[in-house]
Amino acid sequence: MTHFPALLLLQAQRTRIASLSGVDLAILIAYFAAVLGIGFYLKRFAKSGEDFFLAGRHMTAWIAGLSFVAANLGALELMGWAGAAYQYGILATHWYWVGAIPAMLFLGVVMMPFYYISKTHSVPGYLQLRYGEGARGLSAVSFGFMTVLMSGINMYSMAVVMQVVLGWDLHFSIWVSSITVAIYVALGGLLSAIFNEVLQFVLIWLGALLIPIFGMIEAGGWSGMVARIGQNLAKLGKQGDYVHLWRTMGGFDNPMGIHWTGIVLGLGWVISFGYWTTDFLVVQRILAAKDLRSAKLAPIIGSAFKMAVPFIVILPGLLGLALLTNPDGSVMRLVAEGSEQAKAGALTYNHVLPLMLARYCGPGLLGLGITALVAGFMSGMAGNVSAFATVWTYDIYRAFIRKRSTDQHYVSMGRWCTILGVLVSIGTAYLVMQFKSIMDYVQALFSFFVAPLFGTVLLGMLWKRATPAGGFWGLLAGTVSSIAMWAWVKINPAALAYIALSPKAKDMAENMYRALWSWLICVTVTVIVSLATKPKPVEELGGLVYGVTPLPSEGDLPLWKRPIFWAGVVAVVFIVLQVIFW
Amino acid sequence: MAETKHFIPIWLFIGILLLIYGALILGSGIYDYYNPPAHPRVLAYLHPQIWWGAVVLVIGIVYTVAFRPGKEK
Repeated sequence: MTHFPALLLLQAQRTRIASLSGVDLAILIAYFAAVLGIGFYLKRFAKSGEDFFLAGRHMTAWIAGLSFVAANLGALELMGWAGAAYQYGILATHWYWVGAIPAMLFLGVVMMPFYYISKTHSVPGYLQLRYGEGARGLSAVSFGFMTVLMSGINMYSMAVVMQVVLGWDLHFSIWVSSITVAIYVALGGLLSAIFNEVLQFVLIWLGALLIPIFGMIEAGGWSGMVARIGQNLAKLGKQGDYVHLWRTMGGFDNPMGIHWTGIVLGLGWVISFGYWTTDFLVVQRILAAKDLRSAKLAPIIGSAFKMAVPFIVILPGLLGLALLTNPDGSVMRLVAEGSEQAKAGALTYNHVLPLMLARYCGPGLLGLGITALVAGFMSGMAGNVSAFATVWTYDIYRAFIRKRSTDQHYVSMGRWCTILGVLVSIGTAYLVMQFKSIMDYVQALFSFFVAPLFGTVLLGMLWKRATPAGGFWGLLAGTVSSIAMWAWVKINPAALAYIALSPKAKDMAENMYRALWSWLICVTVTVIVSLATKPKPVEELGGLVYGVTPLPSEGDLPLWKRPIFWAGVVAVVFIVLQVIFW
Repeated sequence: MAETKHFIPIWLFIGILLLIYGALILGSGIYDYYNPPAHPRVLAYLHPQIWWGAVVLVIGIVYTVAFRPGKEK
């Protein structure tokens, strides 16, 4: 608390982190014109259901792969993980490497053939083919509900960031950005969302890349940055190794308070595989690929770019820890979101990226950087609403409400549903504005569904004996047990020692272990119920399950055209990076 | 790299937007070079707007030319 007076000084001086010049505004306006223009242009190509919900299945591996990563690379992802790097050090990189790369490669090499050959339009759609309506309904309702809620929370968080960074009005940020997304997704469907996501991906890189380049110049390279972090941590009264990935993971005494088993099994296995292989928001982009080889290559291409993202997200967070100072020269102390200091107006960890942006970027470059943040937000939101529109239209409306209607009717429903999804998201944003604690609950709720769903889909693809009853009850048991564990710790914090194996474990560690247990419960219940119930005939499992699905051979392709080759290249680079930053 | 035969490729949209951005940032950098701001950013002496604006402009020109309408025909 020795730096609290400096913090008060900062609060008193602070109105906004940066202000936009005329050039910056022109850049931002050109961006909005471009995304809307793309939406209007693509409307003519989004006439059938296949066009609107699956982009006509015309996308190349590169387009689908970049869109796959961009849909996940929202602005909160950028700012949140830069903030996590400031708070926890390089350990935050685990969410980009072990927490993503193996799962993305697994999706491309092992799971994609079943999603693609089954010709499903969604992940709940696959569950219907494999397990029947029960599992599909449970998965579709939970996904649809949580997706729009999460979209609203992200919208609110983004508006708050724009208020702090640029002094923009909350209502202005919420309405302008969300209406823009609603227009271009409603016009061009997934096609428009994917095109804009690729554009947004390029802008995110061009807007954010200067920060690590200039930061490393100012800090004197990697060794200079490490030395400064050591000095600043001492001044801030903090301890710990902030610059090694695995060296401190033998116990719980690291900045994140997590053991390597939590990272490897909880994050690297259950949460990561659950998100990257079953969350329809990202999988939908791959389903739009033009052929099976492209569908397999797309996540592999995406994984190569994902592996590079820490350069523009984690490194700026570490550089912030090394370089950010107050006007009086003292080390800047950012605080946790939701803390008393934050409520009093202090800058939080999430502001480290905008602070670094404003540190180096003059007129024009600042506009590009802010456009990158806005683009990140809009790509994430477009991902949410396009996935929501598909799941609602195909897996809820057509499955349970209006089973037989024309293709045109379902496209029209998808368009209206896009607008409705955005309006519900806006409603959620205003709800969160009034009751901020909702954010914690909804974010926790979202995590309840990911881990069990992965267990259900994985068994469905790899085990012929899994039955419809096993799939449904396993998914339900996994989800309910996850909610029960979360509630147990809320009611009795001492339960953390059982759930996360240590009373010292922090929130993230609890999430990792809760996911692991709920996945195990899902798998166990699925296996037991399946063994006790009648399996589907093998002839009904063609195209859905390993062992009864003929997979096209790639033997006639040269080595460099085979997805497995590029998956191997990415895997080798991934391992080398772990060793370098061990 | 067109997604289908009838789409304008996304790379053309990207090229045009980057071309505009590059010109704006480079122009802003040249203006700042001759009219230095009263409170320059950290490392402003490296003139990031000029060289980054030039990089973005070149990328924009390359993509616009490479994916201009009619080229694939």
